[in-house]
Amino acid sequence: MSLLDLVDVRKSFGPVEALRGVTFSVDAGEAVALLGDNGAGKSTLMKTITGIHRLTSGTIRFAGADLAGQGPGEIRARGIEMIYQDLALARQQDVASNIFLGREPTRRVFGISVIDKPRIEREAEAMIQRLGARVPSVRYLVGNLSGGQQQSVAIARALTFSPKLVIMDEPTAALAVREVEHVLDLVRELKRQGIAVILISHRLTDVFAVCDRVVALRQGQVVADEAIAETSMNAVVAHIVGAA
Amino acid sequence: MATTLAATRTPLTIRGLGGAIRLESLIVLVILIVGLSIASPYFLSLSNAFNILLATSVIGILGFASTFVIAAAGIDLSVGSVLGFSAVVSAISVNAIGLPWPFAILSALLAGAFCGAINGLLIARARIPAFIVTLGMLGVARGAALVLTNGQPVYGLPAPIVWLGQGRPLGVPVPAIVFILVALVTHVVLSSTTFGKYALVIGDNEAAARATGIRVDRHRILLYTLSGTLAGLAGLLFAARVNSGDPTAGTSYELTAITAAILGGTNLFGGRASVIGTLIGALIMGVLQNGLNLLAVSSFYQQMAIGAVLVLAVWLDQINRGRARS
Repeated sequence: MSLLDLVDVRKSFGPVEALRGVTFSVDAGEAVALLGDNGAGKSTLMKTITGIHRLTSGTIRFAGADLAGQGPGEIRARGIEMIYQDLALARQQDVASNIFLGREPTRRVFGISVIDKPRIEREAEAMIQRLGARVPSVRYLVGNLSGGQQQSVAIARALTFSPKLVIMDEPTAALAVREVEHVLDLVRELKRQGIAVILISHRLTDVFAVCDRVVALRQGQVVADEAIAETSMNAVVAHIVGAA
Repeated sequence: MATTLAATRTPLTIRGLGGAIRLESLIVLVILIVGLSIASPYFLSLSNAFNILLATSVIGILGFASTFVIAAAGIDLSVGSVLGFSAVVSAISVNAIGLPWPFAILSALLAGAFCGAINGLLIARARIPAFIVTLGMLGVARGAALVLTNGQPVYGLPAPIVWLGQGRPLGVPVPAIVFILVALVTHVVLSSTTFGKYALVIGDNEAAARATGIRVDRHRILLYTLSGTLAGLAGLLFAARVNSGDPTAGTSYELTAITAAILGGTNLFGGRASVIGTLIGALIMGVLQNGLNLLAVSSFYQQMAIGAVLVLAVWLDQINRGRARS
């Protein structure tokens, strides 16, 4: 059994069927590229896995547990983290607050449970150091950081709580060349630690550089599920556009 | 990138006091105090300071309510009407029904919480815009207050309740003490608890709040319930001060409450707010009103001044951002 198993996952919005029976699995320590044209259902699929959308039918099992009916908070607690394309950061909050968003450690002061700010800042600082990210201070408001720095904050948030699976939605789309290398190194490092990665990307060179497998979606269905070693960029492109 | 940077640039603020306080508003408050001290010989005294706190207590507490709601990018236009409704319910419970005096407190808070919870449910679950829901509640709560009383104030409250509004232990008005206590508690809640943090995050980026597992809908309901409960507390203090449940109490106070929050540096579009800032904002209006009274300026002009100050405060904020953008 794999770490993540999707069996016949369907999702409809009213009469529109966005996902029409998606089945695939991801193993621990494996990087799977999820490819597809705009509107193929990649985002919907990821939002269904992370619990933002409720699936219409089918099953999603993660580390042996059925995820049906669980909310985003519960699914994060089970070890699935997602780095969103728009980063999903609170721009008027500081770096440390963003890294601990939704999981703030608290302590009791006069019977009131208050956020343990010193601890958040300490641990956020340590995480930023470990990632080698160049963020001037964890007290900076995220809205005042550059795009690359914001990306680092989003990554730090995903990695701080020892995830088992990290989903990255276009993590390199807005980055400079050197920052792209940094993200790809990160994917390799996660794999080495036995953490699974689902990478959504339009950049096939990135996909072929770090992924083990490609899953291609078209019109809400899996049209290809191939090992990177046994396919080629041309074949993958053909799957995506439906030419093959 | 430059424009998005500008959009989140904080205006001149004092950080460290648990959030953003607009430096401008503190300067305005100081200038007002200095100016009025020169203009009127009666202004600068301890007893007048207590008068200002007393006069500011009700609108200040409504301002704190607005601070939480606006922090989450919402709006509560019903606080003034909910104040009146709660005042009436409170007075009826101990006067017409004849319950013991603690029920005056309990019923005021519950009446406010009830209205707030309905606001929250309609906004979060039925997905009706907050502007419309609370505008509707503004009408319904006021109407209910008038229906319950036939339009006449309910006179006569138990002595302990009247003390809440009129008592002066050691010369300090009780509403002023309640006001400061509420300020301290709400300040801690907004700046240091997950409840306050999540309110700000929902106002900042709702999608991010959902993605990180914050239960946005539930939180919204709680925020509007808090707003209603604070309006209920303000209604209790109002009734206690005038020793009656007046169905017209708090008319148009939402204007003052929202102005206090915005003056205090709360971002009208959510994500940035501070109770201490709102306290300063409310004091600006309390001082302004007190000073204009001492200078014998008609209260009709005061209402005009408050409306103008609200627009001016938002305009200054826009100019600030425009300057940051260029």
